[in-house]
Amino acid sequence: MKNVKLKRSRLETDVLIIGGGTAGCYAAIKLGAEKELRVLVAEKANIERSGCLAAGVNALNAYISNGHTPADYVEYARKDAEGIIRDDLMMTIAESVNEVTEDLERRGLVILKDESGNYVTRGWRNVKINGENIKPLLAKGVREQNNVTVLNHVNITDLKVTDGTVHGAWGFSVRDLTAYDIEARAVLIATGGAAGLYRPNNPGFSRHKMWYPPFNTGAGYAMGIRAGAEMTTLEHRFIALRCKDTIAPTGTIAQGVGAKQVNARGEIYETKYGLTTPQRIFGTVEENRKGNGPCYLDTRHITAEQQGNLYHAYLNMAPAQTLKWIESGKGPKEQPVEVEGTEPYVVGGHTASGFWVDTKRETTVHGLFAAGDVAGGAPQKYVTGALAEGEIAAEALAGYLVAGRDKEALGDRREDAPAWTDYEAYLSHEPGNLTAEQLEEAMQKVMDEYAGGIHTDYRYNKSRLELADEQIKHLESLLPQLAADGPYELLKIYELRERLTVCRALIAHLLARRETRWHTFGENADYPEQSPEGCCYINSRWENGSFHIYRRPLVKGGHYEHTHP
Amino acid sequence: MSIRIHEDRCIGCGRCTEACPGNLILLQDGPSGRKAKIREVRDCWGCTACMKECPVSAIGYFLGADLGGSGSTMTIHKEGHYYHWHIRKADQQEVTITIDRENANQY
Repeated sequence: MKNVKLKRSRLETDVLIIGGGTAGCYAAIKLGAEKELRVLVAEKANIERSGCLAAGVNALNAYISNGHTPADYVEYARKDAEGIIRDDLMMTIAESVNEVTEDLERRGLVILKDESGNYVTRGWRNVKINGENIKPLLAKGVREQNNVTVLNHVNITDLKVTDGTVHGAWGFSVRDLTAYDIEARAVLIATGGAAGLYRPNNPGFSRHKMWYPPFNTGAGYAMGIRAGAEMTTLEHRFIALRCKDTIAPTGTIAQGVGAKQVNARGEIYETKYGLTTPQRIFGTVEENRKGNGPCYLDTRHITAEQQGNLYHAYLNMAPAQTLKWIESGKGPKEQPVEVEGTEPYVVGGHTASGFWVDTKRETTVHGLFAAGDVAGGAPQKYVTGALAEGEIAAEALAGYLVAGRDKEALGDRREDAPAWTDYEAYLSHEPGNLTAEQLEEAMQKVMDEYAGGIHTDYRYNKSRLELADEQIKHLESLLPQLAADGPYELLKIYELRERLTVCRALIAHLLARRETRWHTFGENADYPEQSPEGCCYINSRWENGSFHIYRRPLVKGGHYEHTHP
Repeated sequence: MSIRIHEDRCIGCGRCTEACPGNLILLQDGPSGRKAKIREVRDCWGCTACMKECPVSAIGYFLGADLGGSGSTMTIHKEGHYYHWHIRKADQQEVTITIDRENANQY
């Protein structure tokens, strides 16, 4: 047996930001104004291109225009989420999205304008941009802040929590043999949502050709769950309607060139099922089930110029689709674009899944704040909403520290066994038969077959979910057999561990919502209709080895503060 | 879909290793010097961040056969605020699409 020892690095900061993606970077930029605070951003890749925005983004989907108000945006989100949103959170986002859009433009983002200098909008809540370089622009903004230090290539695995208060985190370098022990007065978690829980659309060579970044593993949810934080609405899964195979966006075609959803018989079916996101996917699944597939977005009416514009638009956000059109020699003018639903994700920027936070984005763990896809209660955040939450959380964090609230709960900090003993154990093991890759595939298979993946048209029932839970628990028990050959392999083990934790929480939530609130996103075969009892948040907390479920009444407007369940 | 790093063109500068959001590219010493290498082609998300950073267009992008790929390679050549996206098909036919990064998408 090897006896690998990691170099120890102990760091101290006022604010630790875990995850330098959209929300994390923007929070760091805003905390730049608090010159006396030391801010540390820990990012497992490099903030230059990490997170959801690596390839770019085609449009800003949350911008309020044409005489509409923030209240209209809240209503839009409420309708899309069948009522399960937090009014307070949604409103604070809606009130900020225009201001952050203007700030992005000042930072260099190209936004389409008309002759009189107004943004050109698609509908009333969308502006057209060239978003290819949006992440490098945010990264530049972070680097300009003198009080912010960025720790690239460091993966955070566990929060340090004593008596319900967070005071730092453990992590390791994915490049060399260094373990990090970070002490922080407050922590912002901004690690994004979770992809790769379910077997993906292309499980073979192109297994990572997915909608959401395959590197977003739900690390923040997992850390929060293990630290006893309350989570909300994880069962509100997100499934995207995408161009088949390339998993490229469809909104650009549907709204951009007015393509309708048609089945193989040439019938427009979108009008039968409705146009909210889940309805568009539900319609596609149903048409396929009835034998009317494949389903398409019919683009054959477009002009050669429109086709050229689509090639450009996709190169700026999902280049695989342009390559597919050119390589096949048939563009969207000649053939309709086949569409399919993706595997389910847990992502709080699109649905209401994530940390249960107060209006200021503090979680139920004292001193731990959350922003972006990891924060729950506020769907339809998209990019500008994630930035807005980064800003809201930054302001709240500064207020928390200025008021000295971190000192209230100080007391004696128990140092639990440092996480590096686990890191070193994995690095020292001799490899056995099992690998992280095998267990990941096994997990995805279980989730696909028993927890409502593509395989079952997103349907599940109690019997299947109970089997899923048993099998995911079993996979968790196999983790100690894994061996890491180096820091990158250690990262793969921790990513698997995070996903398994999120899977277990997700299953508990799917079991608890005894209705079908959202078609496709939560297709409960035991309860195929909505139920009046479902008009509540399903929240959970990991306590003494099991998930405790809390049903909380809907928060309507105003300011929300935490209460003990 | 994935990327292929052309060793003959790679100058070993390491910029792609910083650009990859998945820590998938590393530098390795070999007989022809220090070169970038992708750990596992199946783990690429296809974001093209590495291609945009590469100063010598050494990284090619391709669709796996499971996505309908037929062997074409796409590369990016940067010129000021333009990205020239070159697609070379398996039959050597070439297509170039130029993106002006200072222009917004029409859709």
